[in-house]
Amino acid sequence: MSPGPTVIPAGRSRAGAWGRDAPPVIELDGVTKTYRTGSLEVDALRGISLAIDEGEYVAVMGPSGSGKSTLMHILGCLDVPTGGVYRLAGEDVSTLDETRLAEIRNRRIGFVFQQFNLLPTLSAWRNVELPLVYAGVERHERRERALAALDRVGLTDRVEHRPGELSGGQQQRVAAARALVTDPALILADEPTGNLDSSSAADVMGLFDELHRAGRTIVLITHELEVAEAAERTERIRDGRIVDADGPGAGERR
Amino acid sequence: MNTVETFRTGLEAVRAHRLRSGLTVLGITIGIAAVILTVGLGEGAQQQVASQISSLGANLLIVTPGSTTGAGGIRGGFGSASTLTVADATALASSTVAPDIAAVAPTVSRSETLTAGTANWTTTVVGTDPSWLSVRARTVSEGRFLTQADLDQHAAVCVLAPTTAQELFGGRDPVGQTVNVAGVPLTVVGVLTSVGASGSSNQDDQAVVPLTTAATRIFGGTNRNSVGQILLEATSGQTLSAAYQEADDELLALHGITTPASADFTIQSQQSLLTTATSVDRTLTVLLAGIAGISLLVGGIGVMNIMLVSVTERIREIGLRKALGATPRVIRRQFLVEASVLGLVGGVLGVGLGLVGAVALPHLVHDPIAISGAATAGSIAMAVAIGVVFGVYPASRAARLAPIDALRSE
Ligand SMILES: Nc1ncnc2c1ncn2[C@@H]1O[C@H](COP(=O)(O)OP(=O)(O)OP(=O)(O)O)[C@@H](O)[C@H]1O
Ligand SMILES: [Mg+2]
Repeated sequence: MSPGPTVIPAGRSRAGAWGRDAPPVIELDGVTKTYRTGSLEVDALRGISLAIDEGEYVAVMGPSGSGKSTLMHILGCLDVPTGGVYRLAGEDVSTLDETRLAEIRNRRIGFVFQQFNLLPTLSAWRNVELPLVYAGVERHERRERALAALDRVGLTDRVEHRPGELSGGQQQRVAAARALVTDPALILADEPTGNLDSSSAADVMGLFDELHRAGRTIVLITHELEVAEAAERTERIRDGRIVDADGPGAGERR
Repeated sequence: MNTVETFRTGLEAVRAHRLRSGLTVLGITIGIAAVILTVGLGEGAQQQVASQISSLGANLLIVTPGSTTGAGGIRGGFGSASTLTVADATALASSTVAPDIAAVAPTVSRSETLTAGTANWTTTVVGTDPSWLSVRARTVSEGRFLTQADLDQHAAVCVLAPTTAQELFGGRDPVGQTVNVAGVPLTVVGVLTSVGASGSSNQDDQAVVPLTTAATRIFGGTNRNSVGQILLEATSGQTLSAAYQEADDELLALHGITTPASADFTIQSQQSLLTTATSVDRTLTVLLAGIAGISLLVGGIGVMNIMLVSVTERIREIGLRKALGATPRVIRRQFLVEASVLGLVGGVLGVGLGLVGAVALPHLVHDPIAISGAATAGSIAMAVAIGVVFGVYPASRAARLAPIDALRSE
């Protein structure tokens, strides 16, 4: 099967060239996650060590159930690891209190959920403006920025629609717009093109490219090789472990 | 997130779930209106009884000559002579003999025709002493009441009840005027405050004169020491039965009677006449309060249910809001606003409905309704508390979950 957890030296990434004093944005050290449902235990992550530097563009691939979403939730501070250490910009997140975590989720991270997670009672633009509400942005500025974000994902003509009145792909793009609206330094996307046709997918990937060029750190989960190819680096997960750190196509070589 | 945004978000959630919010408000409204009305009915009835009692003189005992018959009537004493005397009253006034009796007022009364100028009016003339005022729980609206000096000097003075004063003097001020009673000119020194008619006797139509004046100058008669009634005031409602016992013992002793059954006097308590009515009203109040409590409880359980369901099915929303940067505090405040708005709107509507009912209901059932401020405030507080506890508590628990756990909950 796969070799043991691999520590990725920061120096391998482009941003690492900025010097050792800039810590990796993301640093996982032997992170495990065990779900307990009654007497049943599921080891979703079995010791993940991983470092991602500022400005990197990383794709995470792996079969269904391998723990990709679980990893992503931990990276986004939406869930806590069972074991191991997760340092975000050098800070051990287990030492942060709820308020600080909320602030990090709000200002530093843009998360695109696999299941979109839009509020059904709010229109598209009201969904997109939500992070800005918690960031304390003024009302009319919120609307402007939400509309701009929706424009970037090509949904200008759907801003007043509620999620239930949008197609799956459109909902996914609303979710992407919501992740971008705060202009976060770290973008975490769980299969952001999973429900998109090839042309919309290309639009969204173009958006990520643009963000990457602007210096944002991007981690995205995908099943599709061509999506992974857009990234600089691909991490492969199998059974809760990182199996290879090579570029796209590494899986095929085995 | 500032307060305005918190309110906006909270109110939006109320609006987004219109039916549910409406049902919650309805439950609270009906519960509170029911509490206000039922408590009001009970209190109204009690107040009515209380005012009846106090208009007769609080803690009042009446000693009358003669003994009770089995049927509850009063049999007259031997001949026309009264068996009660001023000496009896004096004995009962002693604080060593009867420590639980606060005041004693011996009275004689007779119907007389009073004249003032050309006006004449037939009414009850009561001869008594200064204690009468407090024993009968009356007050003077003009001038003064009788004094001990009036009594000692057999003074030719009188105090008129308001109706009597009106009949004799019209709108004029009666104080200082002269009234003729059985040929005796009396100076009006005061006017009693109106208490309204009560039972068979009109308390607002009488003339009060010093007992001594009545006995020696107006009524005359052979036995100037006999009195018609002795009014006793117990020191409090609690000591009424002790006062009764003391009066009974003392009078039996004074009259040399050994078997209580052959007593030549009867002691009645005004309160005893109303006891049955009071206890019925008290039962009614307890019953009504019980019904009110149950309806508030049922309404409260309904509200709890709706709030719990509402929060539970919104745990995903809470998780999402947290994922987007809401702190637990902000989440708690949002639900606090929602729950208090529902509770307050329901509370205010309930009070409104209760007040409308309180105005409308007496026309239908002819029962007075007293709106109790405490019950009203209490039930609103209760409504808000129910909303807050059952809306905010589960929400704040959900706000403590990791966002992803909340998002995954179904
Ligand atoms: N809340 C949970 N409780 C119990 N087990 C869970 C829970 N969430 C995930 N799992 C299990 O953990 C493992 C990893 O799940 P995860 O969602 O991370 O997979 P994934 O790689 O994202 O899959 P997919 O590509 O299908 O989205 C799975 O076996 C899954 O059944
Ligand atoms: Mg997944």
